[in-house]
Amino acid sequence: MKEKLVVVGNGMAGMRAVEELLKLAPDKYAITVFGAEPHPNYNRILLSPVLTGEKQFREILLNDDAWYAEHGITLHKGKTVVEIDRRRRLVKASDGTASTYDRLLLATGSNPFILPVPGKDLPGVIGFRDFADVETMLTAAKEYRHAVVIGGGLLGLEAANGLLKQGMKVTVIHLVDTLMERQLDRAAGRMLKKALEARGVHFRLEAKTQEIIGKQRVQGVRLVDGTELTADLVVMAVGIRPNFALAQATGIHCEKGIVVSDTLQTYDPRVYAVGECVQHRGLSYGLVAPLFEQAKVCANHLAELGYARYEGSITSTKLKITGIDLFSAGDFSGDDSTDEIVMQDAARGVYKKVVLDGNKIRGAVMYGDTLDGAWYFQMMRDGTDVSAFRERLLFGQAHLGDAGHGDIKQRINLMPDDAEICGCNGVCKGTIVKAIGEKKLFTLDEVRAHTKASSSCGSCTGLVEALLATTAGGDYSTATKKKPMCPCTDHSHDELRIAIRAQSLKTIPAVMQQLQWKTPNGCGKCRPALNFYLLTAWPGEYVDDNQSRFINERAHANIQKDGTYSVVPRIWGGETTPRELRSLAEIAEKYRVPTVHITGGQRIDFLGVKKETLPLIWGDLSQAGFVSGHAYGKAIRTVKTCVGSQWCRFGTQDSTTLGIQLEKMAWGAWTPHKFKLGVSGCPRNCAEATIKDFGVVCVDSGYELHVGGNGGVKVRVTDFLCRVKTPEEALEYCAAFLQLYREEAHYLERTAPWIERVGLAYVKQRVVENEAGRKELADRFHYSQKFSQDDPWAARAQGAERHEFIPLKMVG
Amino acid sequence: MQTTAKKQMNDWIEIGTLDAIPCLGARVVQTADGDIAVFRTADDRVFALRDRCPHKGGPLSQGIVHGNKVACPLHDWKVHLDTGLAVEPDEGCAARYPVRIEGDRIFLSLAPEEGCPNL
Ligand code: SRM
Ligand SMILES: Cc1cc2nc3c(=O)[nH]c(=O)nc-3n(C[C@H](O)[C@H](O)[C@H](O)COP(=O)(O)OP(=O)(O)OC[C@H]3O[C@@H](n4cnc5c(N)ncnc54)[C@H](O)[C@@H]3O)c2cc1C
Ligand code: SF4
Ligand code: FES
Repeated sequence: MKEKLVVVGNGMAGMRAVEELLKLAPDKYAITVFGAEPHPNYNRILLSPVLTGEKQFREILLNDDAWYAEHGITLHKGKTVVEIDRRRRLVKASDGTASTYDRLLLATGSNPFILPVPGKDLPGVIGFRDFADVETMLTAAKEYRHAVVIGGGLLGLEAANGLLKQGMKVTVIHLVDTLMERQLDRAAGRMLKKALEARGVHFRLEAKTQEIIGKQRVQGVRLVDGTELTADLVVMAVGIRPNFALAQATGIHCEKGIVVSDTLQTYDPRVYAVGECVQHRGLSYGLVAPLFEQAKVCANHLAELGYARYEGSITSTKLKITGIDLFSAGDFSGDDSTDEIVMQDAARGVYKKVVLDGNKIRGAVMYGDTLDGAWYFQMMRDGTDVSAFRERLLFGQAHLGDAGHGDIKQRINLMPDDAEICGCNGVCKGTIVKAIGEKKLFTLDEVRAHTKASSSCGSCTGLVEALLATTAGGDYSTATKKKPMCPCTDHSHDELRIAIRAQSLKTIPAVMQQLQWKTPNGCGKCRPALNFYLLTAWPGEYVDDNQSRFINERAHANIQKDGTYSVVPRIWGGETTPRELRSLAEIAEKYRVPTVHITGGQRIDFLGVKKETLPLIWGDLSQAGFVSGHAYGKAIRTVKTCVGSQWCRFGTQDSTTLGIQLEKMAWGAWTPHKFKLGVSGCPRNCAEATIKDFGVVCVDSGYELHVGGNGGVKVRVTDFLCRVKTPEEALEYCAAFLQLYREEAHYLERTAPWIERVGLAYVKQRVVENEAGRKELADRFHYSQKFSQDDPWAARAQGAERHEFIPLKMVG
Repeated sequence: MQTTAKKQMNDWIEIGTLDAIPCLGARVVQTADGDIAVFRTADDRVFALRDRCPHKGGPLSQGIVHGNKVACPLHDWKVHLDTGLAVEPDEGCAARYPVRIEGDRIFLSLAPEEGCPNL
């Protein structure tokens, strides 16, 4: 018998929790959902564009009736739960429908706050909360002329804008002198007011409602100063109140909301709660991003996985009025301990303010140009030190230049149509924009299929996504929407990594079966990723699946344009000997290698080797003492070093020896993407350590460790991790960093984008601040190295994987 | 090329057994007229195509096999194993060669099927 889960509230948070639960434990519960509204779950956020007429109601449905049926969920639409009997574990709806539960999830959202003034109950006085309210407004707009919106916050202004679009004459009454005062400072509030006035909205600021007048229906609003405004419709948008009456009635502890723990459990551990009805660590949230985080953690507990915790959220706000760009996050008013950087350009209608606490961003308000909002928000959450580019901060990310930290999305709008977006396939911005428009493309995969952009190396993916967002129209919830790993699955990289461990999945077919793959055996994207995830999750246990490796890794050599291969043996730390060079020369001659090239990674490349010859060359190399350089792998590549204190008059430490030690420790490890190291003997940095994934710059007092550099498509300078005193420490930090990257980055995500995604602060916390954690990471790395430091070349020279290298048959 | 085109369909050549080809993998048969890639799918079906990608001639035998498609190792075009056609919206094809299986023995005909100029 399945356990019974009953959900009260068929809204955004509750259904998100159910969706998350279905992903983790699809068969654990028999699920019943009660929803007071007569609709399946819809995207409440998008009621605003439904009101303006930019969207139809059916376009904003999130889960249609078929979805509930498909997942075996019993949905009681239009049934309000009126009683919970916790002793008998029974819920009852007003029409008598009852259901028993093993676990109960409360997701009752909130109610619009209705001012306790005379006349508040007259017909024509409503809140702005659900589709019924929108229908009331749309009907009123057809029959009447005058609307008054009480409340100049986010919701009130979106309502006012919608009613205006529907042809009504709209006045907004607001208690204080600044619109959206909880999100905006005065300057931005003034600009917003001006823009809305230009569209035709009337405002009454610093005005208090005394009474709503009318007999059969509302006829007007009287303010405290005696003014009377004509009104055929009054929308109250003065705030929301968590809806916890039901919970309170059954004796669950509530304060300003249903009080929950970090696992989203109420005081009765069988009863969970998520969404706007909840009070967590003293706070209630009214935006979806934090509620979705709650939903995820709640699902994790319902699935009895129990490793996730919800620790609160930092939120940011955007106003959804087409043509008005506004962004706000964090503390934007500041105090004595903070600095403000402000830019105002009244003519262009642009205003930006960033509040700094020391070198960190504490809040931001932007009006007119919000392109960099997400960037500021990210840095705020990560606690990024902005001192290096403080004076250019307000010009935005696009002005930071190539060495800047941050992604490239925001540059897109500045580009001309003939700017090349995808270098691999030579696709320009104009071509992509045109295809998106003409062929109605909505997803990255569609753009890839039709234009080829971003279908190769993928480094332009961010740009293409930004183009999609600006061309196809922004999706309000993109920030929280996850990206499936590939079209074969709905799961994201992170979810897969978690599921592999949580559910002890140990083979690719097991993952595909358990997580309901949509294709019989995946594709060239998901199989290599799964192979890597399994390899890192179960070192020593998982048997590598060769057929799920890209040819280079399967053949342990790089395929070339003519189908031949290249061979790059490891040259530890870039240091070699005459004897080694002599054997390399002899081998190259013996096999008539067409080209011998000194690589950019301080080693030697034999190019143009036929596949059948590979095991023979490797045999000779192996005899001469060489091992594979993994120049072909998502693996440890090179450790570049300079001559350091052994020779150089400026050298402070023995960089060459440290480089060789690092390479001996790390070689053979598979990584999410290639991983390069460098060690320079002094800050002159001849080994270019500050554009490596892990770089060491030696100084008099020790070793400066740097991470997340990249010298490739988009040059990125490393972030400074910390300074250590001894080479042993440098090795330990390196092992820990490598293991963290191996365990948590997405497949094909290099350290640079990974660090930008998770934040340097996080990496520091795991690798630097948490000493015990660092040692555990390093131990796990060394443990997995036990199984990966066999030279693949030697094995194949001795006959392993023979079928890979010889033809099946030769005919004629 | 002339010579292959004239070969008769019934010139079957035994090329090996099923277990010589890795599941979801491929092997190469070298012929005087160039390589032929012989693929094996998860459900043990066997297909043979000219080992030249319709894009820029990449060796399809070295690609990742999934479903009944192969992804070319050079620039990731996908090619249908059963028809030799590139997966849309790419265009082009690799010539197909008839394959016959008896027990676990695989026979290949060197006369490509008609309809694909990519030889
Ligand atoms: C051989 C070599 C060029 C040379 O002759 O010098 C080379 C050759 C290739 N590079 Fe590289 N890269 C080589 C050093 C570099 C360097 C320089 C360095 O390591 O100091 C860089 C910039 C540093 C960096 O990675 O941050 C470099 C950045 C790239 C990139 C861009 C990576 C990025 O994150 O943006 C790619 C594309 C990729 O990996 O997806 C790439 C991809 C390639 C591939 C694998 C392209 C391919 O898929 O076929 C080439 C394989 C050639 C082969 O068969 O051997 N190669 N490549 C160098 C081998 C170094 C070695 O000893 O292993
Ligand atoms: C017009 C509008 C615009 C918004 N814009 C944004 C925005 O841009 N960005 C953003 O992040 N957020 C926005 N929000 C807020 C966002 O919609 C809410 O935060 C989110 O919907 C809350 O989810 P929830 O599940 O907690 O509540 P809800 O989505 O309200 O779901 C609760 C459901 O429970 C039902 N219910 C309550 N009691 C019972 C009962 N006893 N029995 C059965 N069912 C019951 C209710 O009818 C309701 O359907 C907006 C909200 C509105 C109204
Ligand atoms: S830069 Fe690297 S990827 Fe480009 S052609 Fe040269 S070796 Fe190949
Ligand atoms: S040669 Fe096959 S995809 Fe380019």
